[in-house]
Amino acid sequence: MSIIEIKDLNKTYHVHQKKEGLWGSLTGLFRREYKEVCAVKDLNLQVEQGEFVAFLGPNGAGKTTTLKLLSGVINPTSGSVNVMGYVPWERKNEYRRRFALVMGQKNQLWWDLPARESFRLHQQIYQIDNKEFNYTLTELSDLLQIGKLLDQPVRELSLGERMKMELTAALLHSPEILFLDEPTIGLDVIAQHNIQNFLKYYQKERKITILLTSHYMKDIAALCQRVVVIAQGQLKYDGSLGEIIDQFSSTKEITLSLDTNDQPTGLEDLGEVLEVNLPRVKLRVQRNKVAACISRIMDLYTVEDITVEELPLEEVIANVFAHMSQPSDTDKPNEEIVSSR
Amino acid sequence: MSNTVVATTISHTIGHRFKVWWMIFKISLEERLAYRGDFALGTLMRFLPIVTQIFLWGAIFSAGMTEEGKLFGYSYTDMVAYYLLTMLARAFSSMPGLATGIAAEIRSGEIKKYLIQPVDLLGYLFLRRIAHKVAYYAIALLPFAFVFFLCRGYFSSFPDLLTFGAFLASLVMGFLIGYYLEACIGLVGFWFLEVGSLLFIYMLLSFFLSGHMFPLDILPTSVKTVIELLPLKYLAYYPPAIFLGKIQGWALVYGLLIEAVWLLFFVVLSRVMFHFGVKRYSGFGG
Repeated sequence: MSIIEIKDLNKTYHVHQKKEGLWGSLTGLFRREYKEVCAVKDLNLQVEQGEFVAFLGPNGAGKTTTLKLLSGVINPTSGSVNVMGYVPWERKNEYRRRFALVMGQKNQLWWDLPARESFRLHQQIYQIDNKEFNYTLTELSDLLQIGKLLDQPVRELSLGERMKMELTAALLHSPEILFLDEPTIGLDVIAQHNIQNFLKYYQKERKITILLTSHYMKDIAALCQRVVVIAQGQLKYDGSLGEIIDQFSSTKEITLSLDTNDQPTGLEDLGEVLEVNLPRVKLRVQRNKVAACISRIMDLYTVEDITVEELPLEEVIANVFAHMSQPSDTDKPNEEIVSSR
Repeated sequence: MSNTVVATTISHTIGHRFKVWWMIFKISLEERLAYRGDFALGTLMRFLPIVTQIFLWGAIFSAGMTEEGKLFGYSYTDMVAYYLLTMLARAFSSMPGLATGIAAEIRSGEIKKYLIQPVDLLGYLFLRRIAHKVAYYAIALLPFAFVFFLCRGYFSSFPDLLTFGAFLASLVMGFLIGYYLEACIGLVGFWFLEVGSLLFIYMLLSFFLSGHMFPLDILPTSVKTVIELLPLKYLAYYPPAIFLGKIQGWALVYGLLIEAVWLLFFVVLSRVMFHFGVKRYSGFGG
């Protein structure tokens, strides 16, 4: 049986519609219009123990709502979820001892006290015995290099350091499932990288199940074998990142270093010219024509260097999202994105 | 055999609970003491109104006193003693920031952290509140003692032990009613998000009807019968009235019982509100 089973899950919010301006605020006092917003729609998903799954989707797609449903913070409109044999929104203490949720935008530590104090409180709340607590804390603070920061008030830490503390707090009770909602939001590249490395290592060591939402493609490329794309509350794709790239990036980029500074001719016939900055030239070429294109280049020009690259991941995903938001009743060949699972 | 196992498990669970409570209490206390300067100043400043109140009552008495030196059954010294004791009662029952804090956590979504951890929000905040009070008393004890020492002349006699016990009981229950009542107001935030106005109404009513401003005996009998039925009087009026011997015998027993019933009512109400509120909660704020 899967560690997480989501069946026909729906969550609808009533959202108050305020009309524009002061007059709208005044009429809103007497009569309010509500709109039903489907945050999650007929979601079906299974996650196996030990998987590292990324939730991808534009803002407001329903990723965070799904994490909230899984962690039992909100009740669904309909459908069922089973996590390790528990129904999350019953909020049983046994369940709450076995998972953790980290939100990049929320602070769960005591602001005015050193993180160590928050950790001590977690130790009691989660009933961690002293030996295990000390061992885990030492391990985590070594991995995240936060040993020196444990006795500084949390408010004096940088955003990156605070995130490390949040992760430590969440992992002290050795949860079997970890939900991460934008764990690297607002962090600089180095801090992002540190957190990625840590998560990768930790997940491999402990073989825990991690569900992650993020807008940083680097996070996802570095961490997740499996990607679930959600848009408009619905599951649109479920499979590996590689498959998404195959499906949604029909072109590659070829960069040439020519040995001449004379304007080359006939570039337009090869593909879309992205950039001419002699001696460098950048072209975009259909995936299936790359080989033919290169051999023609070799015939036409004297080339010092040549590289062929996939589109930047960000661009691919932007394509995916743009594609997802189109009405689904068109008959383009790529329209049917069937889950590979 | 199995009985002993059950017994040890139970004692283990209880032991564990105390450990959690103790830790929450300790950390709250530490947090409270993090800003020592602001905290000490805030605590001490609360003593300032005493002087003005004593003068105010002095002026009122010199203007409207009856021939035996009484006003509404209170002598001037009684009135000052009442005022000082009210201050003490309010030190127990007032809950600055509780309702607004709960509502703010609901609105911002901070409340999620209590929902994902194996803790109980109301119990957690309760321990934090005790820690706040303890920190407050620790600082205020000396000034309180000093003020009562200076004003010892206003207290005609010390009550007997039984009355004093009832006085203490009403102080403690006043604290509990204050906590659960304000927690209920905060939990209204699940439905309305903003509870500022509601809290303002509560504060206003409480200011006049709890006995904070004047002893409730001043009010006309018809108004007083209504106020007698409300829980507000236990927040300020009741403990001093017991101390000063205004309530005695069966009336006292009866009054404390009603106080206990009100306490139970607010405990249950807060639990019910929390239960349904969380169901309604849709996780505002990301």
